[in-house]
Amino acid sequence: MTTTLSAAITTALHHALETDPKVLVMGQDVGGLGGVFRVTDGLQKDFGPERVLDTPIAEAGIVGTAIGLAQRGYRPVCEIQFDGFVYPAFNQITSQLAKMHARSRGRLTLPVVIRIPVSGGIGAVEHHSESNEAYFAHTAGLRVVAAATPQDAHWLLRQAIESEDPVIFFEPKCRYWSKGEVAAEADLALDAARTVRPGADATLLTWGSMVETCLAAAAAAEEEGHDLEVIDLRSLSPVDVDALTGAVARTGRAVVVHEAPTFGGLGGEVAATLAEHCFDRLEAPVLRVGGFDAPYPAARLESHYRPDLDRVLDAVDRVLTY
Amino acid sequence: METRDTYALLGTNGRLADDPAARDVTPELCRGLYRDMVLARRLDSEAYHLQRQGELGLWLQCLGQEAAQVGSIRAIRDDDPVFPSYRDHAAALCRGIGPEALLAQWRGVRQSGWDPAEHRFGLYTLVLAAQLLHAVGYAMGVQRDGTDEVVLAYFGDGSSSEGEANEAFNWAATVSAPVVFFCQNNQWAISTPTSRQFGAPLHRRAAGFGLATELVDGNDVLAVRAATARAAEAVRRGGGPALIEATTYRMAGHSTSDDPTRYRTEAELDHWRARDPVDRLRALLDREEWADAAFHADLDAEADALGAETRRACRAMPDPDPAEMFDHVLPGGSPAIDRQRDAYAAYLATLEEDR
Repeated sequence: MTTTLSAAITTALHHALETDPKVLVMGQDVGGLGGVFRVTDGLQKDFGPERVLDTPIAEAGIVGTAIGLAQRGYRPVCEIQFDGFVYPAFNQITSQLAKMHARSRGRLTLPVVIRIPVSGGIGAVEHHSESNEAYFAHTAGLRVVAAATPQDAHWLLRQAIESEDPVIFFEPKCRYWSKGEVAAEADLALDAARTVRPGADATLLTWGSMVETCLAAAAAAEEEGHDLEVIDLRSLSPVDVDALTGAVARTGRAVVVHEAPTFGGLGGEVAATLAEHCFDRLEAPVLRVGGFDAPYPAARLESHYRPDLDRVLDAVDRVLTY
Repeated sequence: METRDTYALLGTNGRLADDPAARDVTPELCRGLYRDMVLARRLDSEAYHLQRQGELGLWLQCLGQEAAQVGSIRAIRDDDPVFPSYRDHAAALCRGIGPEALLAQWRGVRQSGWDPAEHRFGLYTLVLAAQLLHAVGYAMGVQRDGTDEVVLAYFGDGSSSEGEANEAFNWAATVSAPVVFFCQNNQWAISTPTSRQFGAPLHRRAAGFGLATELVDGNDVLAVRAATARAAEAVRRGGGPALIEATTYRMAGHSTSDDPTRYRTEAELDHWRARDPVDRLRALLDREEWADAAFHADLDAEADALGAETRRACRAMPDPDPAEMFDHVLPGGSPAIDRQRDAYAAYLATLEEDR
């Protein structure tokens, strides 16, 4: 079935609500309005306000009450309206949700999914374009996934909801309206990376909003005779180390591309992992292409801030000619 | 600032007030509450001394707050879930949580000691007020299940300043969640007095959120019990959430790391010593001759046994296996964490070989 990434999420939520009476969808404006991105459109009509809840504007409250609901046996799927709005919930996510299973010695299990529209590219005002995955990937006790395609958006979300683990689920908002196939079944596990494009000369490692950019870069490089591999991490915690190191051991060259600031970003973790595991195979230093270490800029400047095809190719040139 | 009268049933002289709730006060009830408070005080004292002997890393005494805790938890049903803060040892004991479970966290061998489902008593929450939102969420689950439990959520005067506390009050009122928020206003948040914590009394603020409110003498176990029972039954009937502010006093420091002489006076302590919750109920038992010498002898022996068990259980807890820190990180497990566990075990084995 061909559908938009946004609709692929809607159908995943619909399926979860339909098949498991314990699943709840909760967040700001997710009910009658269908969410500011319309991702939850129609769900309240089909499942009622007790299962698709419009909440007060209180992010700590959304996650905190979801934790309580999960302790009662429910499986809440929370929507945080925008990436930059998640910080009021940071205590509930990092100190409560992430740690409860371990600190209870496994007695409490909190199958909570937190959906976060993430990253820029839509000309939004400040606090609406951030890529904050590293905060969550750095926190033990959370799964962090990033969808880049309708197929993954649908199946990663269904797998996330079925998982007993707390999951931070990132949706690249600039890709909400892009279309693609959604297969009748999941083709990968929740924690597996995907080789989006095979290639022999260098590996681009990326996720979320940058997958499409990297594919475009690979297509452009092909015209110049370079065969680039593109790997979508999908799972940002835990990282599919074997897939990453296997790929880079073959190509010997790697560029990590993400929209978040490079300093302290997940790209550094990937680069360090590659250095540890593939040191003998590397033909060039692992390079990172990311957002700058400056606050996300005003909308008219975001095209300079976000990695684009040319910045990716610039880094590719450097690893190929090293 | 205008505040309501504090609800009380039992004078410091042990005399019962002329109040309808006094008619429910029986000798058996009073002996039970007295026993709960005496045992809690003994465990608290033993734990304090164990910390001073280096057996516990930290202890936070509930000394002085026994009536607030015992009176409230004994007012609800055994199947009503409780979301505690971290000083609620007297309440925990009432839920059958024993010394080992209570002390494990403070000895530093585990991050928690009991099964929340078994005792209907959540884990202690050290980041203030986070548990109030969990209580509201749990109560939303109760609503969806169509059952009639009432959720009791403990917090303190300091916690009430946290944003999450106020989100919880507002949220509970918005969804009419079956929650009783129970504030043990013990006058001090470490060194910060309530005058620096809020500008309006908490029970008045709570009314603004749309919560039913009670202000109760937290050192009067009978008043606390009556007020909590009233509030819980109203909530159970679907009347929406309530908040009880119990005025009490933290007779010890914030923790064993604290030095309360730096910020409060002996005169203030004397004021509260005269209002001691255990002494006050004892005065009633004595005045009415509701407990004989045999009762007190038995209770003393029981407290001694609890003290001995507390010391034994504490010292018997071994240091955990280092591999335990890798357990239960994710319910679904993680190969990455398994690799770290294995690598660390192998590393430790090399140290053994070098020895």
